[in-house]
Amino acid sequence: MAVRDYLRERFMPHIWCPGCGNGIVMNNLIRAIEELGWNKNDIVMVTGIGCSARISGYLDFHTLHTIHGRALAFATGLKLARPELNVIVPMGDGDATAIGGNHLIHAARRNIDIAAIIMNNQIYGMTGGQYSPLSGYGAKATTAPYGNIDQAFDIVELAKASGATFVARTTTYHVKSMIEIFEKALTHKGFSVVEVLTQCPTYYGRKNKIGDAVDLMNYFKDRTVPIGSKKKEQDPSLIERGVFVDEQKPEYCSEYAKVIERASKG
Amino acid sequence: MVEKNIRFVQGNEACVEGALYAGLNFFAGYPITPSTEIAELLSLRLPQKGGKFIQMEDEIASMCAIVGASLTGLKAMTATSGPGFSLKQEAIGYAVMAEIPCVIVNVQRGGPSTGLPTKVSQGDIMQARWGTHGDHAIVALTASNHQDVFKITVEAFNIAETFRTPVILLFDEVVGHMREKLVIPEPGEIPLVERLRTSVPEGTDYHPYLPREDGRLPMSDFGGVHRYNVTGLMHDMWGFPTDNPKVAYGLMRHLIDKIEGHVQDMTHAKEFFLDDAECIFISYGSAARSALHVVENRRARGERLGLLELQTLWPFPADYVRERCEHAKYIIVVEMNMGQVLQEVRKAVDDPEKVFLANSIDGTFITPTKIRNILRVIQGKGV
Repeated sequence: MAVRDYLRERFMPHIWCPGCGNGIVMNNLIRAIEELGWNKNDIVMVTGIGCSARISGYLDFHTLHTIHGRALAFATGLKLARPELNVIVPMGDGDATAIGGNHLIHAARRNIDIAAIIMNNQIYGMTGGQYSPLSGYGAKATTAPYGNIDQAFDIVELAKASGATFVARTTTYHVKSMIEIFEKALTHKGFSVVEVLTQCPTYYGRKNKIGDAVDLMNYFKDRTVPIGSKKKEQDPSLIERGVFVDEQKPEYCSEYAKVIERASKG
Repeated sequence: MVEKNIRFVQGNEACVEGALYAGLNFFAGYPITPSTEIAELLSLRLPQKGGKFIQMEDEIASMCAIVGASLTGLKAMTATSGPGFSLKQEAIGYAVMAEIPCVIVNVQRGGPSTGLPTKVSQGDIMQARWGTHGDHAIVALTASNHQDVFKITVEAFNIAETFRTPVILLFDEVVGHMREKLVIPEPGEIPLVERLRTSVPEGTDYHPYLPREDGRLPMSDFGGVHRYNVTGLMHDMWGFPTDNPKVAYGLMRHLIDKIEGHVQDMTHAKEFFLDDAECIFISYGSAARSALHVVENRRARGERLGLLELQTLWPFPADYVRERCEHAKYIIVVEMNMGQVLQEVRKAVDDPEKVFLANSIDGTFITPTKIRNILRVIQGKGV
């Protein structure tokens, strides 16, 4: 199928700003799904609130656009109810790690078979550029005019510590590896977390004087390195990308099937 | 045969039995007094019939999880008490807006805040009505004894499925924890409403939010042949966000009218000695038990007292209350709060001056003695 066969063109134009990275993520997600040959009827996409959350409306799957931060909670109910469905949950960094932080760590702890894709643009875009848990110390935002004093989460470390069995990071500059990572995350049996560094030229780029979309993507190119790179040893401030965790552990819905088995014997 | 269906149970257990009878097959919850027994029992019972039980990380997540599960076609419920009910409000509003059938049990305890966790109250009547933000209609039901708890729980699922709406069951600590007899009806004895699913075939456009002439919206299960969008934003017939005033108006009217326009169908109440009653008690939940005790006691002495026990609190059956109370000299609302239903009764009747309150707000149960004392004052007999 062509990319446009996955789109709901009736609902276009989309709301994303020129230069936004969300379209790149959506495009690559479609390509990964196309590569996997999944039937659209078997795919459920659940999102919360924010620019990134609007992705569900544009895609021709079963789509559930919920409330701020709770996408994974809705998705958990849905997945447990129908474990045979493929459940994908794209979220923004504020949606996933601030208001939705509790659901993120608990979905990871349960190792429920859901693919969480965190589009990290380090800012609340939809509300106009407030600092998020990923903005980092020193960042400028409309609510941090004197510079942000909050430390940032490391999504990869957070996901690892919470028990996610697939954890990866990629960027909108590295589209080829993004597709591969998406394919792995989607087919992984268990909870997968993919952090995608993505650009918000309108708010983050402008407010922090980094520049336009191209400048931000160049930043991803220059400031990230593959896991285990020598460069990282010389410059620890570089951000690693790649697959950090890929392991098999008991998956929640499979374990629940055993509970049903035990209960019906009782 | 009948004997094996007789049980001696807590009200919370009667609720569980009613939910299972109604076809519950998904429950998500979080531990909270005094509703925890519902979660505990369902963790035992649901897997036995292949149903799903999950203890979520918090109250909000429990509410969200049942909405997700309901979209796949399962009958879903959560149970909580005051603090948890507060936390669930945003997601209840989502279920209102997205029209997702589900049932929320609130076994009321003393509030505000942590309040009196193990003590009885009926302080959440108005929160059930207006707890979530924005204009909307809601359904809330209650009951005073275990047989009725069972029946009204089944009815909650039936209303949720008929009208695609969240339904709130407002029980209270006394009903929840008290033990009494429950006769579980045979299958088929109480009719069950199953989800109305679309007959639109695959490949033909299905409009998930285009009401039929009767106002109902046939659903399509997530995972089925129709892929559509569900959102908490104001949306068009496709389920796609819009801020078009005409569409927004139409949706608001639909959401409100589908409930408010069916008040009569949803009204459940019990009448005791109303026909010639000079004084009518209006009560509900466990408070109605004490009110009934006083009524029966005084009737035996020739006093013309009656009881109107409400089981439907929202939408409030104002016309019905007005009609039944037309000839009463005075009306006493018996409830365990500062007069939340009292205000509705005052709005409903022709003469609000004749409506009085007999209440309890200190966590103790409202006893017949308390009601009798207030009755004496109203009757001009002193204390």
